[in-house]
Amino acid sequence: MTDAVSLPAPAMRKGAAVGWLAVAVLLAVFPTIADALGQPALVPLVGRILIYGMAAATLNLVLGYGGLVSFGHAAYFGLGGYVAGVMALSARNGDLAFGLFPGTDQLLVALAVAAVMGAVLAAVIGSLSLRTSGVQFIMITLAFAQMVYFLFLSLKAYGGDDGLPMRRRLGIGALDMRDDRVLYFVALTGAVIVFLVIWRITVSRFGRVLSGLRQNEARMQAIGIAPRRYRLVAFILAGAGASMAGVLMANQLRFVSPDMLHWTKSGELMIMVILGGVGTLAGPFLGAAALVGLETVLGAFTERWQLLLGPILLAVVLYTHGGIAGLVTKLVKGRAP
Amino acid sequence: MTLRTALTGVTAGLALALAASTASAQAPVKIGLITTLSGPGGYIGEDIRDGFKLAIKDGKLGGVPVEVIVEDDALKPGQGKQIAEKFMKNDGIKILTGIVFSNVASAVVPDVVDGGAMYVSPNAAPSNFAGKECHKNYFVVSWQNDSLHESAGQNATNLGYKKAFILAPNYPAGKDALTGFKRFFKGEIAGEIYTKLDQTDFAAEMAQIRAANPDVVFQFHPGGLGITFLRQYQQAGLKDKIPMVVAAPSLDATTVSAVGDAADGINASSHWNTDFDNPANKEFMAAWNKSFNRVPTYYASQSYDTALAIGAALKGTGGKVDVDALGAAMRKADFQSVRGKFKFGPNQHPVQDWFAVKAEKGADGKIAIVTKGVILKDHGDAYAAQCKL
Amino acid sequence: MTLVLEQVLNGLQLGVMLFLLAAGLTLVFGVMGVINLAHGSLYMVGAYAAAIVAAKTGSAVLSVLAGLGAAAVIGMIVELGVLRRLYARDHLDQVLATFALILIFNETTTLLFGRKPLFVSVPKMLEGSVELMPGFTYPIYRLAVIGVGLLVAVGLYVLINRTRIGMLVRAGATHRQMVRALGVDIRMIFTLVFGLGALLAGLAGLMAGPILSVQVGMGEQILILTFVVVVIGGIGSVRGALLGALIVGLVDTLLRAFLPGLLRQVMQGPDADALAAGVSSMGVYLLMALVLLVRPRGLFPAHA
Repeated sequence: MTDAVSLPAPAMRKGAAVGWLAVAVLLAVFPTIADALGQPALVPLVGRILIYGMAAATLNLVLGYGGLVSFGHAAYFGLGGYVAGVMALSARNGDLAFGLFPGTDQLLVALAVAAVMGAVLAAVIGSLSLRTSGVQFIMITLAFAQMVYFLFLSLKAYGGDDGLPMRRRLGIGALDMRDDRVLYFVALTGAVIVFLVIWRITVSRFGRVLSGLRQNEARMQAIGIAPRRYRLVAFILAGAGASMAGVLMANQLRFVSPDMLHWTKSGELMIMVILGGVGTLAGPFLGAAALVGLETVLGAFTERWQLLLGPILLAVVLYTHGGIAGLVTKLVKGRAP
Repeated sequence: MTLRTALTGVTAGLALALAASTASAQAPVKIGLITTLSGPGGYIGEDIRDGFKLAIKDGKLGGVPVEVIVEDDALKPGQGKQIAEKFMKNDGIKILTGIVFSNVASAVVPDVVDGGAMYVSPNAAPSNFAGKECHKNYFVVSWQNDSLHESAGQNATNLGYKKAFILAPNYPAGKDALTGFKRFFKGEIAGEIYTKLDQTDFAAEMAQIRAANPDVVFQFHPGGLGITFLRQYQQAGLKDKIPMVVAAPSLDATTVSAVGDAADGINASSHWNTDFDNPANKEFMAAWNKSFNRVPTYYASQSYDTALAIGAALKGTGGKVDVDALGAAMRKADFQSVRGKFKFGPNQHPVQDWFAVKAEKGADGKIAIVTKGVILKDHGDAYAAQCKL
Repeated sequence: MTLVLEQVLNGLQLGVMLFLLAAGLTLVFGVMGVINLAHGSLYMVGAYAAAIVAAKTGSAVLSVLAGLGAAAVIGMIVELGVLRRLYARDHLDQVLATFALILIFNETTTLLFGRKPLFVSVPKMLEGSVELMPGFTYPIYRLAVIGVGLLVAVGLYVLINRTRIGMLVRAGATHRQMVRALGVDIRMIFTLVFGLGALLAGLAGLMAGPILSVQVGMGEQILILTFVVVVIGGIGSVRGALLGALIVGLVDTLLRAFLPGLLRQVMQGPDADALAAGVSSMGVYLLMALVLLVRPRGLFPAHA
């Protein structure tokens, strides 16, 4: 990690809090703006960006704050997706999801189940993977994620490679989940909660120990802190969060497939974090907006969108330090270092 | 990271998203074509796009002015869905088509038909949409997966083989392939192997085939996998020892041009071939050869037929984009298919003839696919009975 | 018995291809500390250059030279233009930058050569099979691939352990400042090492041409497996890359070949097949996880 990534201030400054509130308000009225512009499809698009942002933000907790480069985050994201898809299927068929528990048509139930399953999976993977560090850690997390990928790929009951369509979305009470705006506000609420929880974590003692371990493990051990335990807790929290984001994604797409578990999805989440700004609160959301937004804009503009996206990403790496968040900070603060 | 940082960032993100779609209000009927143009499967999407556009004469399909908007799904279900949403909600498009792969189709099709638009498939046709989940706004012009491989099984039986060794990748279409083949093959199965979808080396499988010593090998490996398989089959010295029977996807024009002699003598079953002797096909081939410097794959022919089917429906409604009326007109299948005969079954999937074809060396020394005869007549699919339309 | 022997040869052949890719990756990784996701793109460049020159000229020699040359030259251009600026940066920046390079390489290849997979034939002199034992024939081309791979392994060993250049490379990896103080142009050495890695990737690509499908995205299909090899073998160790590659090649091939048969003896046919396909796909990842848990630095770490 670079020095640019510093600990956030202990408490949010008043100005910043007002600013974040303004962003939240802007996002809250966004569907109205999109309609006024005659672009209603922007609502699900931004909804999807928020969900990717949530998944990337949980990755950022371990990768940015904890300094643990997990290359298997799609395992939890995809697991959450399958929890949503399989529970909806079981509710329709009246059998047991994964052969373990009854299905549901309620989103909140699926979210809770996904959080538990994501946490358990992360606990298993994390307790083994955290015996290694550095590049070995990157590869061992990848290895476990690949095993999960191949597992779901060979489960014919859940569609295998073709994926599992959801006939109906999971609901919350009487809300009409067919309405894009309702889905959007569900995603926005989720994103706000994830954002606030991660902010609370980073300013808590736990968060500072986590960052401290990244910056100087020996010193933290000297003051009596057991690194593995703190890292494992962060890993489990991130796994549970990503799994919940996966539920929302599957529910929005009404579809889940091994594509959500593939290593390229782990890579995409990682790229969102790096692009947006490693170890910053807003970075993962900015990165998700930039990557998904660019793919959409460039894809509509030309078939050869990858030829434009490549150089843009390259320019971000070479000419900004700290991704979009770093660039924006630099622009806002002027030339002063 | 401060307030202004965040604000600037969010505004930038919004601006990007807004630029994503430019509204335009023109008279022609818009058709949204979502297909795979990047990555290894890109050549299929390219043929689907080109085949579709070839059917448009002077900007018109069925005498109605149309505009085709093409976007790349990059073989990602989520991206395909996002494009479909944009097509339907921002651009008000009611007719969608183009998807190559069944996992993308599984994500996109339910939303399209539930959203009051119609989807006409030029390729992907997952079996659940053929049976229980069939829908009045969903048409398939290509084929249902099983029927493809049933024709290969029948072909192997017709050719007199008694003992078959069968292989396909370990994914739903692969499993359907082996099931479909076995349903119509009357002989015994000497061995059955599921390969990996990302496999690059088939040497282990070649050795097992040699050890089993069957009469015939049936394999289903689409695209690059199939090219790899055929090359290694030849290099293992099996090509001249054990004949092979395949279905169309394992012996398309691209595969033949990429493997050369390794394709020589392979028996396949297909619903279409470049040498079909009917006026519609002659017109298609002439137009294709004028525009492109490559042999069309059957994907191109399916997409061309899809465009003709949409044209017939538009003609039927006089250019009015009313999805129910379009569907009613589409069901008549009032167009001259390049396959000769074509009609829709009760589940709006094709009922068509299947032909035996064979890769043979022509007078010019190049390998070409030659039609040999009919395998199955007016063949529908096994799922139609489950569809309640 | 011959079946086992044949499968072992197949495993060796896959292992040798993986070694050629892994050797370059592990050198760049170990010496320069760069994670290069675009290594697979150089493999693709080698395959395309060889395929196109072979189609145009019909000469096997020219096509080999083209494949090696194109990969090495483009590799060095990438090093000079992009990677050189990333040595001092975080691994994550390198990941993003080399991911961007993959997009650029893939789309440029589509633009220049189209989307259709290319046709590549086996060179005339390597066509056909030989009888190694009575009743056991094996393709000559695959034997040649194994031979070339093992020769390269020996060559690399000599180059790194017995020559002045090799000494500088080893020294440059561990004592960069010291080497520079002695008046050696370390940047030049890095460019050459990168070029060498690219050349080996190109060699793997051009040899894969007649066996696999030469198409856009072929590099990414094998990239992850290459990283697995590098990590199992021990980062920075060419010896580790060789042994890691052979182990991965053998494990992958033998699992696919014999697991279904073994499982079918204890359970039903279709279930056995499905389980076998799943387990054999996971096999190498399971192996990697086990190796890392027992020996976190890999089986043959560079600086033991």
